[in-house]
Amino acid sequence: MAEPIIQIKDLSKQYGGKVVLKNISLTVNEGDAIVIIGPSGTGKSTLLRCINLLSKADSGSIKLDGKEINIPDVNEDEVRQHISMVFQDFLLFNHLTALGNIKIGLTQVRGMGAEQAEERAKEELTRVGLAENAGQYPGQLSGGQKQRVAIARALAMEPRVILFDEPTSALDPELIGEVLEVMRLLADEGMTMLVVTHEIGFARQVADRIVFIEGGVVVEEGPPNELFYNPKTERTREFLWKITELYGHDQVESQG
Amino acid sequence: MLLESIKFILMGTYVTIAVIAVALPLGFIVGLLLALVRVYGGPFISRLTSIYSTVMRGVPPIVLLFLLFFVIAGSINLSPFLAGSLALGIISSAYQLEIFRGAILCVSSGQMIAARSIGMSRSKAVLYIILPQALRIAIPPWSNEVSTVIKDSSLVYALGVAEILRRSQFVAARTYKPMLAFSVAALIYFLMTFIANRFLDAVERKTRISAH
Repeated sequence: MAEPIIQIKDLSKQYGGKVVLKNISLTVNEGDAIVIIGPSGTGKSTLLRCINLLSKADSGSIKLDGKEINIPDVNEDEVRQHISMVFQDFLLFNHLTALGNIKIGLTQVRGMGAEQAEERAKEELTRVGLAENAGQYPGQLSGGQKQRVAIARALAMEPRVILFDEPTSALDPELIGEVLEVMRLLADEGMTMLVVTHEIGFARQVADRIVFIEGGVVVEEGPPNELFYNPKTERTREFLWKITELYGHDQVESQG
Repeated sequence: MLLESIKFILMGTYVTIAVIAVALPLGFIVGLLLALVRVYGGPFISRLTSIYSTVMRGVPPIVLLFLLFFVIAGSINLSPFLAGSLALGIISSAYQLEIFRGAILCVSSGQMIAARSIGMSRSKAVLYIILPQALRIAIPPWSNEVSTVIKDSSLVYALGVAEILRRSQFVAARTYKPMLAFSVAALIYFLMTFIANRFLDAVERKTRISAH
């Protein structure tokens, strides 16, 4: 039986009187690849930001390896080393090369020596297929390459779980594949990941579980096949149908 | 006689450079620290820096120079040179505060979020992620401030410091050749700002982040 890495219970969050998350509960086990889907503005990104403590949830509990982290005096920096995040708009450090982006966390957060960090950063770049781009600055990389560097940066911290916040939404269609490929590889390696995405083909292939969130609540949650072929609610069926119409084609073709 | 007069004025360049060498770094350090406090500090302390900047920038430098000179020289025994240089540095810090504040705000907020997301503390994120980018952005407006400080260094002549302007005035009075004396002064100031700006342009080019 896999150990739960993250246990979320009754998490709620309001922004200026608007309820964004309403009593969300979710368990992420070791090695899980969980995909969160749902219409825009329904709290998916907020949920990830709350887990990473970039936003503070109003109430409820988040446990990382059994330890409560949604409390005021938690060491946020320490928690974030174990919960890495990959952002929609990459957010690479603009003044550092691809290699430097990965190195800085190793030297400044994990306290590695410069040489060891350099070695390690090269390994991570190789892992995402960008060994040859080590010396390039973010401004010299394509969107897909930037996002792969961002993934390598997250991986280098050896997190317990990586949160992906719509990692392909800012990419040109022809660049989406290379990023999804890297994510698929990670999932195969057993990396625990929580992914917010509209890439329904990816969700179908890679997810152990899909969580459908709407209006700040979990509408339905289950293995992909169950949600696709046997959804419990009409709303899930409707949304999946719509999103497959919109985003499904490229995936089916590229899997060709 | 003529050559001697020019040489006399030129000797003032050392004093002027010494004034700048005190005022500019002082303004840099104080300005940068206050900018960090202004952007990242709590509401109260941030407000204080804002008041400091508004007041300092709202009064003519020469008036502030006299005020600060009599405050500084009144409390501790300082030479007019040191008191004047420190005063110029404090005046410049208000302008440099605004330059660095603007530059820090130009770095997108995502950079801080990304730094925090890999477990970096706020202070490390500022030091290793925000400042290296902000300082690059600050170079052009900062080189403007360098010109201002070079030229404002002439204000300490009012405190009796024997820098370029003071010496030019002396020569003008003695030789009845004000045109010559002040032209020499103008040329020296111009050359100093010109060289400083050229140098900073080169620094800007050298540190620019490749984008293609």
